[in-house]
Amino acid sequence: MYGRKVKFRFFFVLLILLTLFLSVFLILKSLEENVVYFQSPSEIKILSEIEKKKIRVGGMVKVNSISMQAKEINFIITDFENEINVIYSGVVPNLFTEGKGVVAEGYLKDKNFFLATKILAKHDENYMPPEVKAALQEK
Amino acid sequence: MFSLIGFYSLIFGLLFSFLIVFFAIKNFRDTNILDNKIISLTFFQLFFVIVSFLGLIVSFINSDFSNETVFNHSHTTKPLFYKISGTWGNHEGSLLLWLLVLTLFIFIFLLRSKDQTKQYRTLTLLFQQIIIIGFFIFIIKTSNPFNHIFPIPREGMGLNPILQDPALAIHPPILYLGYVGSSIIFSSTLAATSLDYISREWAKHIKKWVLVSWIFLTLGILLGSIWAYYELGWGGFWFWDPVENVSLMPWLALTTLFHCILVLEKRLILTSWVIILSISTFALSMCGTFLVRSGILNSVHTFANDPDRGLFILIFLFCLIFLALFIFFFFHKVQNKDANSFFWLSKETSILINNWFMMYFLSVVLIGTVYPIFLEVLSSERISVGPPFYNKLIIPLLTPFLFAMAIGPKLKWIKSNLENKLHLIIFFIISLFLSISITQNLNSGFLINTVLITSAFYLFFITLRDFVINKFKNLSQTIAHFGFSLLILSILLNNIFSTEIITNLKIGETFRSEKFNISFEKIEQQNKQNFRSITGKFNIKNSNGTNVVLNPELRIYNQPNIVTSEADIKSNIFTDKFMTMNLVQNQEYFNIRYQVKPFMIWIWISVMLISFGGIVTFFKKKYEK
Repeated sequence: MYGRKVKFRFFFVLLILLTLFLSVFLILKSLEENVVYFQSPSEIKILSEIEKKKIRVGGMVKVNSISMQAKEINFIITDFENEINVIYSGVVPNLFTEGKGVVAEGYLKDKNFFLATKILAKHDENYMPPEVKAALQEK
Repeated sequence: MFSLIGFYSLIFGLLFSFLIVFFAIKNFRDTNILDNKIISLTFFQLFFVIVSFLGLIVSFINSDFSNETVFNHSHTTKPLFYKISGTWGNHEGSLLLWLLVLTLFIFIFLLRSKDQTKQYRTLTLLFQQIIIIGFFIFIIKTSNPFNHIFPIPREGMGLNPILQDPALAIHPPILYLGYVGSSIIFSSTLAATSLDYISREWAKHIKKWVLVSWIFLTLGILLGSIWAYYELGWGGFWFWDPVENVSLMPWLALTTLFHCILVLEKRLILTSWVIILSISTFALSMCGTFLVRSGILNSVHTFANDPDRGLFILIFLFCLIFLALFIFFFFHKVQNKDANSFFWLSKETSILINNWFMMYFLSVVLIGTVYPIFLEVLSSERISVGPPFYNKLIIPLLTPFLFAMAIGPKLKWIKSNLENKLHLIIFFIISLFLSISITQNLNSGFLINTVLITSAFYLFFITLRDFVINKFKNLSQTIAHFGFSLLILSILLNNIFSTEIITNLKIGETFRSEKFNISFEKIEQQNKQNFRSITGKFNIKNSNGTNVVLNPELRIYNQPNIVTSEADIKSNIFTDKFMTMNLVQNQEYFNIRYQVKPFMIWIWISVMLISFGGIVTFFKKKYEK
């Protein structure tokens, strides 16, 4: 039979392989669950069904669309083709302005209303989120 | 004028690189001592890079807008301090800083390694020069900080106001000292591998360099974190943003490497592991530079999207990794097998276990950061990976990690028994009770929080006891591990007991809730050097009768025309009160965020303790016997 040392080595290697598989499995699994997809208003318009998953919507804040109340802020995100109404209560970033790019994260209520949980900050006035740029180029 | 001096110094620096390489190779077998000529050549190279860097700084101070970099990132009304810090607040300047640190470190290395063999020093110098030449060419070809523009503009474009901040002014240099410090580890590991000089002496000598980079990297990350806390207005200190992740990855690798080198120094095992870790630490630092500079990640650090730059760094990185792997596979000899064995309960095992955990954390962060990029390239689907991903995968595994950190240092090398088990059990019971008393009123996550707090308390008490009993033995390790337990504890308590109010208020209105009333009393306007400031006055009445006045500020900068909000933070040792206010165009309402964050200051203190643990090592002549 094999010696003790060989047996020990074997279990050791087995243990390493098992942990490796387990961690890869875990990582991939939670990646699948926690990924947030990005969509433009036009892409939302052609969705076949409204999922309950968190998504990001990006585009420009429509001019004259922001209205602010004590509890919430409403505005419209447009990609100059389609629009979506956003309902948001939370902190707005400094550069949240009409006519500038914005990315909102949250849940779709239906194809016209989006409940945002977060508005993403931009750091530069000339900067447009790549997602928005791409969405604008796509049209 | 100064731009010109700067540019020509850069060229001279590159020429000196070639001279150094030439003499180093020529001199390699000739004599037994390192030629003084080589040291003076290295000094001249450093000198020229310093002159070049000073040239850029002077151009910034003089607001010399004939220089493109200055024009793009400076403005005459900017305060002097930020004119200087603006030098490295942009892509070109920060790369010049990289280069400066690269040359500085190799010069210090040559001065401080006199007790090493000539071959080893020369080879390290050669490998380092390969990196330096790469960066010289990169700077001169794709991101020359001394480009001339004509006609000379009257006024510059200004520096992004959120970078105009004391913490962020010193954040890049400190972080770079850490990042670039890993280049010396990389070069020296390659040199030692090729000469078959991976030994205890080598471990002892390179350990200092690992520690220096580790300390600076820790402090650099801390500074960035503090800045994000008060400047970005989200009230958090870590967002799992890709840009934060790329600094965390080398940190994880470096921490692992440091522990392995301790093992190598004592036992001369894990040699391949040490080599691989040194290579990956540097590769991750370079990768960080690549990801941030190429504009793939969007963040404050992304100054310009230029695919050429990204491609250059990527190719350069691949060449270096290829070279490193080549040396590793062909020159590395696995030595004395007998020393390789150790009992399952020993210091080696516990360090190895912690290494596995670290590697797991590293791969989680790596996958979370890189996966969206690959997916976008492959399927043009745009996704982002948020904090839940990291929290879910990392936080549960902190528990065994913390326990291993508490018990591991108590074990002996090779084979060990746990002596004095009694106090280990008593401390566990105490920690468990303490943590239950904290979490008992919690609505959600009772189990996970109890387990986590217990393990953090456990490490806390064990390290505290070690400190009291052992005094100065293993002092640095005790301090660093104690700091880590404090860090986890304060993060957990901070997470559990934070409260937040987000609301929109007009001037004169009051927000009412059970815990506190927030009245928005007035705003004041003031004109400052390069911005207009609007300060709000808020009076917060707590239900227990105490009163706090907070004055968050909005700054409207003139060039570039950007609004930033400055949080007002009242902190004491128990809790931080944090408030930001924001203005939305054409609206009467102000967007208000008020947070009460307990133990916030302890997060900063504990990270300082962790790096202090590293600093202590340098003041102890003889440690860990």
